[in-house]
Amino acid sequence: MDAQLGAKVREIAALASGAKLSRLQWIGIAVAIAVGLIVPLLVSDYRTFQFTLVLVYAMAVLGLNILTGFNGQFSLGHSAFFAIGAYTAAIMMDHWEIAYYWTLPAAGVVCLIAGFLFGLPALRLEGLYLALATFALSIATPPLLKYDHLSEWTGGVQGVVITKPDAPFGLQISQDNWLYYFTFVVLLVLYFCAWNLLRGRTGRALKAIRDNPIAAQAMGINTALYKSLTFGVSALYTGVAGALGAIAIQFVAPDSFTFFLSVAILVGMVIGGIGSIPGSIFGGIVIVFVPNVAEQISKAAPWAVYGTLLILCMYFMPLGIWGFIRMGYARLTRRRKAD
Amino acid sequence: MSSILEVRDVSVNFGGIVALDGVSFDVPRGGILGLIGPNGAGKTTLFNCLSRLYVPSSGDILFDGKSILSTSPYRMARLGIGRTFQNLALFSRLTVLDNVKVGAHCSSHTDFLSNALRLPWVKRDERRMEDKAWALLEYLELTDVAHLPTAGLPFGTQKRVELARALAADPKLLLLDEPAGGLNHEEVEELGKLFRKIRDDRQLTVLLVEHHMSLVMAISEQVVVLNFGRKIAEGTPAQVRADPEVVHAYLGTKH
Repeated sequence: MDAQLGAKVREIAALASGAKLSRLQWIGIAVAIAVGLIVPLLVSDYRTFQFTLVLVYAMAVLGLNILTGFNGQFSLGHSAFFAIGAYTAAIMMDHWEIAYYWTLPAAGVVCLIAGFLFGLPALRLEGLYLALATFALSIATPPLLKYDHLSEWTGGVQGVVITKPDAPFGLQISQDNWLYYFTFVVLLVLYFCAWNLLRGRTGRALKAIRDNPIAAQAMGINTALYKSLTFGVSALYTGVAGALGAIAIQFVAPDSFTFFLSVAILVGMVIGGIGSIPGSIFGGIVIVFVPNVAEQISKAAPWAVYGTLLILCMYFMPLGIWGFIRMGYARLTRRRKAD
Repeated sequence: MSSILEVRDVSVNFGGIVALDGVSFDVPRGGILGLIGPNGAGKTTLFNCLSRLYVPSSGDILFDGKSILSTSPYRMARLGIGRTFQNLALFSRLTVLDNVKVGAHCSSHTDFLSNALRLPWVKRDERRMEDKAWALLEYLELTDVAHLPTAGLPFGTQKRVELARALAADPKLLLLDEPAGGLNHEEVEELGKLFRKIRDDRQLTVLLVEHHMSLVMAISEQVVVLNFGRKIAEGTPAQVRADPEVVHAYLGTKH
């Protein structure tokens, strides 16, 4: 094969496997970052706060996506990791008066360990059984947080109130705007790391385990270690999201981290796009805004509207929002070629 | 010629059913050994012992002179034992290129953190695996489909992808589990030639487990015949073909 053609074939294959980004994808990322930077300047503080939550949930959804979408392990227990991250931040800030930015790496490490340890016994469980085990984890979390002997730390039923940080360096922007930009930068870093992780050797191993665990093992992948570590990394992402969520909401309480939160993250992942990094952003948008929209449509029965919206999404976008965008784009370019 | 693999008196019981009964043979280094036998003879059981999916009830298996029975299954690739699967076990949603790159997984040591940060040595490592994978794709004429997910490819192409994936680990011993299954006569002939070429080009040893006599007889230098969990014959294809017990096992109970 001559060198020029060879390079072109290589390029196509690299794009197909997601190891490289096309020019269009780079433009898309640049536009998304620009929009992300401008948004707080255009909307009220309350809306900015909501967009901060979008970023927080986008991080949690990415965490679940790494586990489920890329590694094939199911989890209904991510509310537990979100809670661990949130409480780590709250306790550090409330008890030890540690600055909010230090709580993020701490929450990440605590959740990495928690996720890894939970991932070890979960190795023996597949599919629906893993779903049950993780369900148990999320069901057990609120009562544990309310437990009397821990209440000195967790504040029991009342939870912990934390103060919102001010913008540093004498910046003249509101607390909400500052926190938005702070979260935005953390999100960019974590998304970049996830992309790196998933496009290289480790990512291929994760996907290989998802597609065929026995063959993955025969190729020399330590499937047990990789699956546990993936659980840890997934929990890390969700835990950092939890910590940022706690700082943004200024309050943690056991009943914010019920099983319903796990389901919300799962819904965000499925509607955003399973096994898709950009889809996870849409997942965050879905988690924050779809309940709002549902309530605007019907104050009396918002959840009925929510349910209907979910069914419509699944019907019209079976591959999630990101899959829908990709298919739409593919159809457009094909039509242009045909003309 | 020394043996790369030694199977020593291996027996496997499944709750009272004896699947393998004291099987012993050596695989000479650099050779092609065919393991044949009628359905239910214990070929796949033995194959699964070699890839560490089953544990023999007694006996030992030596690779390069060392027992592999306490080695974790995932370490087999790093030791130098590669395999293909009877009913294809590709990573269906990954591209052909990525499948082959997964095959090279054991040739590298990078961890989660250095991958997430894409440190310089990870980049270098990726480039090395990339070059290696492309060389194999060209070798097995798969460059045209490199960017496609394996799920939709023709059966014969998928078989070649599996072969490329196994070769990406640079195995010293290649275990092939019924590679001719599902192929027509001409394709089987092509495949046989390919195996010989691979063995000659890459100087590895091939252990071929096959149910079809013709492929094994055509390319093996040494043949071991199993029936009902026991070794009933061993020798060159000509010797084995003339063995009355083999004829009885194949012709007397089948066809």
